[in-house]
Amino acid sequence: MSILDKKISELNELLHKKELSVSDLVDASFDRIHQVDDKVKAFLTLNEEYSRIKAKQLDEKLVSGADRGLLFGMPIGIKDNIVTKGIRTTCASRILENFEPIYDATVVERLSAADTVTIGKLNMDEFAMGSSNENSGFHPTFNPWDLSCVPGGSSGASAASVSAGEVLFSLGSDTGGSIRQPAAFCGVVGLKPTYGLVSRYGLVAFASSLDQIGPITKTVEDNAYLLQAIAGNDPMDSTSAKVDVPDYLASFTGDVKGLKIAVPKEYFGEGVEAGVKENVMAALKVLEGLGATWEEVSLPHSKYALATYYLLSSSEASANLSRFDGVRYGLRSDNSNNLIDMYKQSRSEGFGEEVKRRIMLGTFALSSGYYDAYYKKAQKVRTLIKEDFTNIFEKYDVIIGPTTPSASFKCGSMVKDPVTMYMNDILTIPVNLAGVPAISVPCGFSDGLPTGLQIIGKHFDEKTIYQVAHAFEQATEHHKAKPKL
Amino acid sequence: MSRISKEQVKHVAHLARLAVTEEETEMLTEQLDKIIGFAEELNELDTENVEPTTHVLELKNVLREDEVRNSVSVDEAMKNAPAQRDGQFKVPNILE
Repeated sequence: MSILDKKISELNELLHKKELSVSDLVDASFDRIHQVDDKVKAFLTLNEEYSRIKAKQLDEKLVSGADRGLLFGMPIGIKDNIVTKGIRTTCASRILENFEPIYDATVVERLSAADTVTIGKLNMDEFAMGSSNENSGFHPTFNPWDLSCVPGGSSGASAASVSAGEVLFSLGSDTGGSIRQPAAFCGVVGLKPTYGLVSRYGLVAFASSLDQIGPITKTVEDNAYLLQAIAGNDPMDSTSAKVDVPDYLASFTGDVKGLKIAVPKEYFGEGVEAGVKENVMAALKVLEGLGATWEEVSLPHSKYALATYYLLSSSEASANLSRFDGVRYGLRSDNSNNLIDMYKQSRSEGFGEEVKRRIMLGTFALSSGYYDAYYKKAQKVRTLIKEDFTNIFEKYDVIIGPTTPSASFKCGSMVKDPVTMYMNDILTIPVNLAGVPAISVPCGFSDGLPTGLQIIGKHFDEKTIYQVAHAFEQATEHHKAKPKL
Repeated sequence: MSRISKEQVKHVAHLARLAVTEEETEMLTEQLDKIIGFAEELNELDTENVEPTTHVLELKNVLREDEVRNSVSVDEAMKNAPAQRDGQFKVPNILE
């Protein structure tokens, strides 16, 4: 067993008793990376030299008895759309291949205050657009459970690196399922917080009204630790909510007696694999055994979520990505001799196929004559989808269903048809449209590959989500399974 | 019948400042048509009296004090510039 298989609370204890040093932890992380990342291909940039210096500095703190941060000495991987001062940040796009940010994202500052060690930057689908990591502008990442399968996306490498034991935990971002779907595919725990709970300052924007940064970990408890460190209002993000951050670690009571669970029938419809359904039904039995009750409900507008999402997210993306113009940063094409041509050539050479397709869709949906029919229509349907959730949460504490319609799939099997690829996200997208929080926790296997249980909560009620997820995790053995690499 | 024409795709590409080849235009016309066709299922819903959601949280006019603060230096701002001269971003000719 590797030292990185332990939980944060256990590692804290060992560090405190001086039976372990931060350098040991950082060494273990790089040893594992050098051993398996040739196969998994999770990292785009390693921060090895600086990590070892930081480890030594933290070890001095350990000796001197100085105050230690909440995540003292813990090795973390960061998705490459979160800016890190002086560490290359590419969004897995050729257009930002050599981009070195001049500031840290708020979450990175908060991690630094919590004394984590940034091990490196993690691969993703380019600009977070994709569900398989196959849209990376550099190379795909592979699923540690089966290297011929995808790790999911867009935070595929954030999930794969945790699953493969390369880092203790990681940060991902979730616009339509990009934390939860890869967490499900890689057998780890991934949370998309309530919109506004975690600052987006320094997250390279894809769809600003949907994007959230969140933690990916091996256990529910570790997940709460990481959220505790990054959550809370940030004046640098005007969409950041002014709410008090509760003590998430206090939610692990193990008690779910009397808890009311809603199970939407739409989440078990056509296209959801039998193995996935069985695992979720088994999970509901476990929760029932712990004293919770569940009832079937309806989220009637679920089927419209996918189209709504692609219109809104692509529209927002087309505006956000207009900043990449070859003037202030990023790739500039040499094949042009006037300004407009320079913009066009730089963007066409720098962006990959999926990114261009979504910019095109978004530009179309926002263009004169089509705005009302597509963009505004989608915004109205978003209201209906949001109300579906509000209605259910008047009577129930959480909503439970599968995270994804299937377990992971073979690399290359879905790249031809964008709409089929988009179907991966039908069970996660409604959550982003409503802005509510949701977690994916491991709930067993289907044909040897992990599947995820999705627990959706009320706005800013991450605490109840953690309470349920933790009770389920502790009552089962699913989180103990490790891929053989 | 096609919902989007090749001419429209070329126009949208220009608006989006993307250079597309003839082959890419063909492919995008076909794919966008499919995605838009799929999006048209939203028309099944009557949204006449529904307010659009632009933002899920109730936020209005988030303001801050108007005070002088440090900003990035010219050197920092220029750090990632593809081309620069005398502390300014250099671009190709704008006027012919």
